[in-house]
Amino acid sequence: MAVKRQPRLRKVLLHVGLVPFLLFALFPFYHMTLTSLKTDRELYDIAAVPLLIREGPTLQHYAFLLWETAFLTWTKNSLMVTAIATAVSVVIGTIAAYALARLKFVGVGAFGTGIFVTYLVPTSLLFLPLAQVVHWLGLADSKWALVVTYPTFLVPFCTWLLMGYFRTVPKEVEECAMVDGATRLQALWRIVLPMAIPGLVCAVLFAFTLSWNEFIYALTFTSSSEEITASVGVTSELIRGDIYFWGALMAGAILGSVPIVVLYVFFLDYYVSGLTAGAVK
Amino acid sequence: MAIGNVRVEPAASRTGLRVLELLDHERFLGPAFVSPALILLVLLVAYPFGMAVWFALSNSFIGRPGEFIGLQNFVALWSSDSFQQTFQNAFVFTSIAVAFKVVLGIVLALLLNEQLWFKRMIRGAVLLPWVIPTALSTLGWWWMFNSLYSVVNWTGIAMGIMDPPGPNWLGQRYHAMAAVIAVNVWRGLPFFAITILAGLVSIPRELYEASEADGAGPMARFWHITLPLLKPVLAVVVLFSTIFTFSDFNIVYVLTQGGPINSTHLFATLSRQVGLESGQIGQGAAISLYLFPVLAFVVWVQLKFVRKHQY
Repeated sequence: MAVKRQPRLRKVLLHVGLVPFLLFALFPFYHMTLTSLKTDRELYDIAAVPLLIREGPTLQHYAFLLWETAFLTWTKNSLMVTAIATAVSVVIGTIAAYALARLKFVGVGAFGTGIFVTYLVPTSLLFLPLAQVVHWLGLADSKWALVVTYPTFLVPFCTWLLMGYFRTVPKEVEECAMVDGATRLQALWRIVLPMAIPGLVCAVLFAFTLSWNEFIYALTFTSSSEEITASVGVTSELIRGDIYFWGALMAGAILGSVPIVVLYVFFLDYYVSGLTAGAVK
Repeated sequence: MAIGNVRVEPAASRTGLRVLELLDHERFLGPAFVSPALILLVLLVAYPFGMAVWFALSNSFIGRPGEFIGLQNFVALWSSDSFQQTFQNAFVFTSIAVAFKVVLGIVLALLLNEQLWFKRMIRGAVLLPWVIPTALSTLGWWWMFNSLYSVVNWTGIAMGIMDPPGPNWLGQRYHAMAAVIAVNVWRGLPFFAITILAGLVSIPRELYEASEADGAGPMARFWHITLPLLKPVLAVVVLFSTIFTFSDFNIVYVLTQGGPINSTHLFATLSRQVGLESGQIGQGAAISLYLFPVLAFVVWVQLKFVRKHQY
């Protein structure tokens, strides 16, 4: 009996040890959700308990956000920029990764190093000159500026991630196909890519997440309400002077995270494996 | 390499066939496959980097081409209070935040490595702060640190560890720095925990069993087996995190805007303030270039030690 009880006690203690970490990770989301559902009267009542809703939940902040602000436009912009930038980057990254993982040609080593270096370049290093480039391209204050610039961090990222996956596909499989008369392109399309599907899913998920979450480029290259993304819209347009719409602000932060949370819930395991495979930013 | 049996169809043009045939050779296919990425990175990373260097050496203003002024921007920065403060902040912020993330990350990874109930859900919860848009989740922290309605202070007072009204988190310099670090740790901890967990999983069980047979206690096992074998993973995580913590923008921008009195400014936020808001692009670029030595150092260490076998 005593032998059996020991591991059980240990297990309970382990879970108790996890509680502070889980509270730390989740409390901000709980508090944001709560705030977004409170009436203004309760929200700005110094005597109220901030951890509970006493006066009944209300959707007024969500209604305000959806109908009285341009939140839907910002979300549409975010979706468009993210979708195009992700698609373009995954395609460019896939072929570059295949070349790095499989092909021998002049300069392959230097290119690999180049990809690795750009993969580490933080966006906050280059936003000033890029703002100038965007201006020259005639894309100042346009969401297309983001479509053009997001691949600068997505492509190195996808290339690096997919290179690892391509290396796990055995060379022999591909060589077999080519002995049987397939061209290299056919072998890539019919054999290698289908085998690397988990990697491709990962690349799409992370590229989507990274570009949805991007902030400094969006903040710098776009400013008018018709062109900004959800993150920028919520952080800048809901604050007018010294008046904060805390309820709406929290509602915006929650709704602006919904697409990522949905992906996350469905593809949790891909996120975990992609993270350990080198997804860092 | 096998050359494909290209079916000759009368409709296909000869040049099209020729291109397809060429693409079957590695020496042509390789460059063809990397050129889109290469063009993109040269035009939108390498070239802007060159521009940043040029800006930093010029007196450019927004909308007005500048002239070469040598190192004057850097000299001017060194005598400016806000820059000195930022320089100090960057090191304080990065070292404390990374230290917390390493220690808490190891503890959390050790816990997650055990047999747990709801393992998948717990992992999902732990990783959540890392996938949510930082600018948006930081808004939540901003509200939690609000000077009047701070839930942190309310809880502290309710538990009796704070005297009412509690600290004005974002209005006092050390508190503001602590708040910014806390949010950075919150958002970066999942990356540490999950990556270190992957390192833990790869340590062979037999090593623990052998040392247990030799009578080593849990602490001894941690110091003599776990930690030494985690070193490579820890090195990579710390290096990556150092770059991204050092160059952090979102958290400070949303939470404090660099205040109070520059006490939480980092290079990225100061560079934006000077370069865009005051329009001194030259000086702004000079500030952001201070991120470069750290980047260069990390790349160098990675290439030399960690990824020696690859590129």
